[in-house]
Amino acid sequence: MSSEISTASEISTPSEISTDHDDAAAETIVIARTKATGLHDGEIRPGVPKVDPIIIADGVRRQFGGLTAVDVEHLEIPRNAITALIGPNGAGKTTLFNLLTGFDKPNEGDWSFDGTSLSGVPAFKVARLGLVRTFQLTKALGLLTVLENMKLGATGQRGERFLPSLFPWLWRAQDVEIEARARVLLKKFKLDAKEADFAASLSGGQRKLLEMARALMSKPTLVMLDEPMAGVNPALTQSLLEHILDLKDEGMTVLFVEHDMHMVRHIADWVVVMAEGRVVAEGPPETVMQDQAVIDAYLGAHQDIDLGVVTGRHPGTLPPDAAELVAEVAELDEAIEAAEDAADGKA
Amino acid sequence: MNIVQILSNTASQILNPTTIGFALAAIGLSIHFGFTGLLNMGVAGFMAIGAYGFAISILTFGLPWWVAVLIGLAASAVFALVLGVPTLRLRGDYLAIVTIAAAEVVRLLFLSTAFKDVTGSADGLSGFHNGFRDSNPLPEGKFGFGPWVYTSDTWWVIIIGVVLTAVAALFTWSLMRSPWGRVIKGIREDEDAVRALGKNVFSFKMQALVIGGVITAMGGIITAMGTNVNPNVYVTSQTFFIWTALLLGGAATIFGPILGAVLFWVVRAFLSNLLPALVSIGWLPFLSREQSQMLVFILVGVALMLLVIFRPQGILGNKKELTFVK
Amino acid sequence: MTIARPAARPRHRRRAVILLVGIAATAAAILGVAAPATAAEDDPFRISGNVQLNGTPLEGVLITVDGPGGMQEVETDASGQWKVGVPEKNADYTVTLDESTLPDGIAVIDETGEDPTPNVRDVTVGPGGRVTANFFIGAGERNTVSFIDQLVERLVNGLNFGLMLALAAIGLSLVYGTTGISNFAHAELVTFGALIAYLFSVVVGWPLWIAIPLTVAFSAAFGYVQDLGLWRPLRRRGLGVVQLMIVSIGLSLALRYIFQTFVGGGTYQLPGSAAEEFTLFGAVSVSLVDLLSMGLSIVVILAFGWWLLKTRIGKATRAVSDNPSLAAASGIDVDAVVRVVWIVAAALAGLSGVLWAYFRPGIKWDMGSSILLLIFAAVTLGGLGTAFGALVGSLIVGVLVETSSLWIPSDLKYVGALVVLIVILLFRPQGLLGRRERIG
Repeated sequence: MSSEISTASEISTPSEISTDHDDAAAETIVIARTKATGLHDGEIRPGVPKVDPIIIADGVRRQFGGLTAVDVEHLEIPRNAITALIGPNGAGKTTLFNLLTGFDKPNEGDWSFDGTSLSGVPAFKVARLGLVRTFQLTKALGLLTVLENMKLGATGQRGERFLPSLFPWLWRAQDVEIEARARVLLKKFKLDAKEADFAASLSGGQRKLLEMARALMSKPTLVMLDEPMAGVNPALTQSLLEHILDLKDEGMTVLFVEHDMHMVRHIADWVVVMAEGRVVAEGPPETVMQDQAVIDAYLGAHQDIDLGVVTGRHPGTLPPDAAELVAEVAELDEAIEAAEDAADGKA
Repeated sequence: MNIVQILSNTASQILNPTTIGFALAAIGLSIHFGFTGLLNMGVAGFMAIGAYGFAISILTFGLPWWVAVLIGLAASAVFALVLGVPTLRLRGDYLAIVTIAAAEVVRLLFLSTAFKDVTGSADGLSGFHNGFRDSNPLPEGKFGFGPWVYTSDTWWVIIIGVVLTAVAALFTWSLMRSPWGRVIKGIREDEDAVRALGKNVFSFKMQALVIGGVITAMGGIITAMGTNVNPNVYVTSQTFFIWTALLLGGAATIFGPILGAVLFWVVRAFLSNLLPALVSIGWLPFLSREQSQMLVFILVGVALMLLVIFRPQGILGNKKELTFVK
Repeated sequence: MTIARPAARPRHRRRAVILLVGIAATAAAILGVAAPATAAEDDPFRISGNVQLNGTPLEGVLITVDGPGGMQEVETDASGQWKVGVPEKNADYTVTLDESTLPDGIAVIDETGEDPTPNVRDVTVGPGGRVTANFFIGAGERNTVSFIDQLVERLVNGLNFGLMLALAAIGLSLVYGTTGISNFAHAELVTFGALIAYLFSVVVGWPLWIAIPLTVAFSAAFGYVQDLGLWRPLRRRGLGVVQLMIVSIGLSLALRYIFQTFVGGGTYQLPGSAAEEFTLFGAVSVSLVDLLSMGLSIVVILAFGWWLLKTRIGKATRAVSDNPSLAAASGIDVDAVVRVVWIVAAALAGLSGVLWAYFRPGIKWDMGSSILLLIFAAVTLGGLGTAFGALVGSLIVGVLVETSSLWIPSDLKYVGALVVLIVILLFRPQGLLGRRERIG
């Protein structure tokens, strides 16, 4: 299955179709296209510089009262690759997104996009520079039609300035061209039949697609997707994956937040792992998945203790310190029961 | 009880300059709230600035009436800018409080004896109509038909007012169909989404505030042309009445504001004439004539509550086009 | 932490019905008794005068008239004449001539030789509805009140005003904190309190020590009924915060004109409002009523503070005000807490209305709405949603309003507070004590 391309100069890499036997749900996941390699410049560790970074972030910190939400010493995102940002809930991934795109102000730190410093740049200007983002809770504008949503995504519209907007002949031609482009994208995302419907009438997954398509109207350089799979039914997951891979083929860079490890493994060229606001690991997907720090962050440092053994439902042995704790708890339980019996006896 | 007289009094309200001024103010508010989602509770302040700007330009500075109109409008644009800069970044109900406070400040300044020479203080301003009346091309005298009989000068105001209302409606319609209008409708629903698409949301909201404010001020000027300028008119109740008119007609529509304004004045006039008459013939034994007038305003308050609860989209609004998005 | 629900809900319903009937009955009583004013204007009576020096009229001399209806300032016109409208006849007013606006070396002369402040005169507007007040002008010494003395007097007044505002503001802030509603009808709760107090103390004739607690009780009941009949059903219906705000605007309109239907456009006084003034600290002139008013405010505020900090319901209120969903998840009955908040807020506002009636002095149909914006200013200044912030904000607003008249014309004294409100929103929208997250 080869992907459709929008610019003729890109080469379409042949894709392999294979079924993922590990997946108990037996999804047919298309491993499309080859992964980018050689992105890093130096030993793989958190904060390793990249050969061709598109974002460089230094010392970015965000605190809410006493809580440090984000504390990234150094992070570089490679250009024209798909980077996944993973981590447990509360790790600071969405906050980092907000900081990088200007939706939130950090307490300190610098970061640059394509060489331009973004520190203090408001969100709308960041978007105009070519860095677009989607939101965890989809922001498809329900009161506008699908086509209007798409047309809103285009930048540099003459008709959006107040005075020219009063004279349709000044912006009509450009509007027609934008409409044509919107329709091409809608067709690609298979939303073209719905172009006249209000976005509110679309399903959750369709709204995600709309938000992504809309973000592409501005011909961005870097697309940041915040949990693009969240709430999307498995049937649509496949086409979403395809679309994200298409972005890379068309020369864009992608940074996305996700919890679905299968997806990450299949399409990400590079993975950055965050926990408690810090980058704890980064590297190609296979390397990162083996990293002890990542396992601890996700599953907790005591993942070797089997709760089934603790509660006594399964036979087995516990490590010594765990066994001690269980014994203590049993003692306390007995003491409480004894006290209750005594109180009942008296009453 | 002379029902014909009551109906006649009521019908004549439709073309009253005060009604037309209301309609213009409601159109301005529709741009603020209906289309952009800005909670402007200072409508009376914009009208006051338009009216006083107009009257003071003529009385204190001796300018021709059409220049005075432009000054009144410019003053309201400045007022919108001054209001908008600090507050458009804040959440909706903060804007409501600030606009109400600003309108009260404006009214108190006009009411104060400190500036009595220029503003007339509690007496207001009058006697500025001459230049405007001189330009009246209609023949002198009183004419009209049915209940709509006015003096020539009043007809002149009415004609200008109606023309301006039509222009404002056309302007709003054209604006909202354009890409600019598309951005505004997006902002009303979700500012962050629009920001993420590269639009300068603050700038758009400011433009909407200024444009709506200027149209509202025009409403104040028309009312001043038809009557006079009095600070007791520009109280917060006036703002609330215009909100009622707008919500009644349909906040995010083109004709809704006009329909709402006309209906508001017609119903109010009808009840103001009917209720005292009912008292006189003994149908409302527990009220006096003056008290029955109060009943009209009580009903306005109740109507506003019912509208917002049960039919926020008003008469002409589309239920799907949520009036209160959040 | 669970609030025990009232043991028998039917008992509460019956109580509400009884109270409603009671309110309706007393309302009918007021209707029958209070004569609505025939005058459409609020100030039908007049005090006037003439300022001249040996036959030459003096223009631009500042005259201040204080009494029922509040303080007014006026300047003499080109023929040396001045006049003000006042709302009551058979009442006393104080007319003060500001000697600093006389030409140099000229002052008001004390003909009797016994009056230390000849530029201040007490006049009575008699049954005729008009009175003139004239001063003897000539070369002489001026009676100047030192700036410090004036400042101290205004400070004390400002504290009194601020404490009264605080009673109303605290309730508004709590309602906002727990439900998110900016309640524009709060001012009408203030007016309601004043009217009920008038009903019981003047119309029915009971002594104040019965009338005032009854006022608080009736106000509390009114708050309870509002939540039961209006706000809770609307919350259930899922109305957004903006819609609820506009509902409150409609309610305020309706209530205001209902009040006007009953009491017309006139001004009424509570008993004892024309109390004698005596001097404190040598320069500050206060009356017993002012002192009692301040004392009562302080006691009530302290009691409320204890309730908020120490009782379970108080703590639950603070929890809900801080984070309603978290509070609900912790097992707090949010609806019950909100009901209690409405009762307390209304009771405080009603008491505030009584004190406002003494401070103005006078009861009018729109007395509440004239201070609504000041209450909002106080709440915003202190921080929307915090009760303590409302107290602090009110004191600042009260002092600001009273002392600003030293520098700006007294009919603009509210403007100062309103400008402060706007400026605060510029630089620190969460107020002095509020939290940042609430605003953007």
